[in-house]
Amino acid sequence: MSDQTQAIRPAVIIGGNRIPFARSNGAYSKASNQDMLTAALDGLIARFGLQGQRLGAVAAGAVLKHSKDFNLVRECVLGTSLSAQTPAYDVQMACATGMEAIGSLANKIKLGQIDSGIGGGVDTTSDAPIAVSEGLRAVLMDLSRARTTGAKLKAVSRFRPRDLAPNAPGTGEPRTGLSMGDHQAITTKAWNISRAAQDELALASHKNLAAAYERNFFDDLITPFAGVSKDTNMRADSTLEKLASLKPAFGKNLGAEATMTAGNSTPLTDGASAVLLGSEDYAREHDLPMLANFVDFEAAAVDFVHGAEGLLMAPTYAVARILERNNLSLQDFDFYEIHEAFAGTVLATLAAWEDAEFCKNKLGLQAPLGAIDRSRLNVNGSSLAAGHPFAATGGRIVASLAKMLHEKGSGRGLVSVCAAGGQGVVAILEAR
Amino acid sequence: MADKYLELVNSGFTKKLAKSLGAPRPAILRRYAPGAPLLPGPLLLLGNSSAAQDLADTLLGWGLDVRRHASGESRLGGIILLLDELADPAELSEPMLAAGAALRRLAPGGRVVCLSRPALETDAPAVAAVRQGIDGTVRSMGREMRGGATANGIVLAEGIPATAPSALAALHFLLSGRSAYVDGQFIAVDSADGTLPEDFDRPLAGKVAVVTGAARGIGAAIAQTLHRDGATVVVVDVPAAGDALARVANRVSGTALQLDVTRPDAGEKIIEHAVSRHGALDIVIHNAGITRDKLLANMDAARWDSVIAVNISSQLAMNEAFLAAQLPGLRIVSLASTSGIAGNRGQTNYAASKGGVIGMVRASAAAFAANGGGINAVAPGFIETDMTAKIPLATRAVARMLMPSLMQGGLPLDVAEAIGLLASDAAAGINGRTLRVCGQSLVGA
Repeated sequence: MSDQTQAIRPAVIIGGNRIPFARSNGAYSKASNQDMLTAALDGLIARFGLQGQRLGAVAAGAVLKHSKDFNLVRECVLGTSLSAQTPAYDVQMACATGMEAIGSLANKIKLGQIDSGIGGGVDTTSDAPIAVSEGLRAVLMDLSRARTTGAKLKAVSRFRPRDLAPNAPGTGEPRTGLSMGDHQAITTKAWNISRAAQDELALASHKNLAAAYERNFFDDLITPFAGVSKDTNMRADSTLEKLASLKPAFGKNLGAEATMTAGNSTPLTDGASAVLLGSEDYAREHDLPMLANFVDFEAAAVDFVHGAEGLLMAPTYAVARILERNNLSLQDFDFYEIHEAFAGTVLATLAAWEDAEFCKNKLGLQAPLGAIDRSRLNVNGSSLAAGHPFAATGGRIVASLAKMLHEKGSGRGLVSVCAAGGQGVVAILEAR
Repeated sequence: MADKYLELVNSGFTKKLAKSLGAPRPAILRRYAPGAPLLPGPLLLLGNSSAAQDLADTLLGWGLDVRRHASGESRLGGIILLLDELADPAELSEPMLAAGAALRRLAPGGRVVCLSRPALETDAPAVAAVRQGIDGTVRSMGREMRGGATANGIVLAEGIPATAPSALAALHFLLSGRSAYVDGQFIAVDSADGTLPEDFDRPLAGKVAVVTGAARGIGAAIAQTLHRDGATVVVVDVPAAGDALARVANRVSGTALQLDVTRPDAGEKIIEHAVSRHGALDIVIHNAGITRDKLLANMDAARWDSVIAVNISSQLAMNEAFLAAQLPGLRIVSLASTSGIAGNRGQTNYAASKGGVIGMVRASAAAFAANGGGINAVAPGFIETDMTAKIPLATRAVARMLMPSLMQGGLPLDVAEAIGLLASDAAAGINGRTLRVCGQSLVGA
């Protein structure tokens, strides 16, 4: 650590809470983002006895958000038993929203600006905002500006029946028109990731998640919601045969070479998560556990628009930079939490780190980052099994990883989360 | 349904109608509220035992208007009968008839409390006769009370004065609205141990209490009551009930611990949470319980075994962990049931578990006392909860209306109040006992 950073104090992860994740248009189809994030906060407050406390900040966000939810997180805080004097703000960085929210809170704690905070996220694709068409919106705006009857009639006369078609939000990239899955299909093929390898990773995710439930790992990480107490996407009884029988869902233009199915891709999911962070003093004063230090985090972005890099490959760059900054190698970790947007994303990321050419030409490294011990990867399951409510994934990963590190009692964990727009956020946690 | 009926027969035209029809008219019970007067009127202290003067002084200190003679016409809030020195059944006549003459003046929600000694095999026959006779006569008085008034007793072990801390704590409880649904019962005081609270409105100030099965019903009411009485509360329930549990925790400014109490390490988990997060573990309320009712002829292993596992085996295992940890002054209150005393059709499994609780607390008393603590049970009668709502309507209506002297079901709060008494340091002289909160009924879950 340089002299400059010596004054910085640790930011500690105290614990987390999430509601079980539910497949879209299922158990939570009538729940709003506000309902779910409030529930996640309520469970966290109950677990750690935060009632009436004024926290330094609550930072969270949603990727798909209604315009009426402009102050979503503050509204959620007002609906909890936290002190109404707790400031809150919305963060949005696509699927990295949760990581960005948690990381920037950790920075504020490290700098001594705040002593405590909750970071997290929420998303629903069941209660997604549906907007009026651009044509209708233009007519309505002109109408509201019109002062005379003539002007009003003129505005209305531009209305066309086709303008009635609503706009639903999509997960496609605005600049390429391709869905995220179709983008990943390009990358998956480029890195020669086999169908079998993807299915194996998906199966491991389900098995690991089910085993974690079995050993009560989630008893202090999850609070039930709307009658659901386990992630509804989890298939503990899945098999390679079942996964192999699924038809390709993305990259269909690849024909027989298409490898990405609904089984090795995350489904649309609803859910919310929250993580409590604080300074060491805050944790001690409130007799709260200290699971792990939030050591550092790094964002990266790639040019996927012009085909220079795959849409979801930004974390490979971010990891190279965060390792160098912290003087660590890729093998210096006891746990790797690589968000499973798609099995292909994880496997392409691992392949890239092992690839000398990629590491030299793209990451500017003399030697490849190398392979990781696969038995340390997503050991309690990841998004393929749990599901992926976009902004809620970061909170899920950080809370679980912090608990894993604390249970082990030593070591480090690496988090890698890819995001739309060719972005990604990675982080390092250290056991306490 | 009972609530609606209770409301109707106590107000307006329907009250007159019920009266003229001679329909049963359960009273709205006098329940405790912080700061409320201890009694709804003056207290008549009858009996000439040597404890009378000391007791009168204490009662005056509680702000009561204490009368020693039954003269006058004014309303009475309560009657205390000091019968602890009677040696022959013939001596009962004078105090009982004096009490009888005063009963008509007893205000709605009034209280009769008798102080007596236990009848023992070693007593002279006449002494044992009068002492056992008091048991019968108090229970009968309970049956005769009207307007939500109750009659209960305190049985003081030989040599324990009426002003012993636990005797006074029990007396305060029985006079107050906290004992609204306790009727025809005796609280036994076996030692002069215990410390009275500085403030009777916050008897659990500074204590750390764990309540299992706290997500709903009686458990949630216990959490709320212990919190009201000053305790820091840890609420425990199975992970699947975590959302309701979180709401209770946030209501009582406590912490939620999602834990299945049948897990082998449940006791250790509870100790770890309470001590690391709140610095101590002073009180445990074993409230978690389930019913899986079925006539014995139709009973299956799953129903029988799960009820035993949750309702009694888990408590036995957790108690071992608590004893091993040697937590100083740990007080435990366990939930029994009148089904475990009187039996209940369809509840052979449940009654085995709840009778088991009564046996367990009796046999564990010495071990907990060795660490300066104690263990007791509360046996609820018919309490209006989600669980009793599952009882068939007709059985429920009968249970609620006909059997109890108070002609109504109790509230979860009523059970919680009794638990609050037994969880307090003032109750240190009460150990291994089971207190019924049943409105003097024999039916209930």
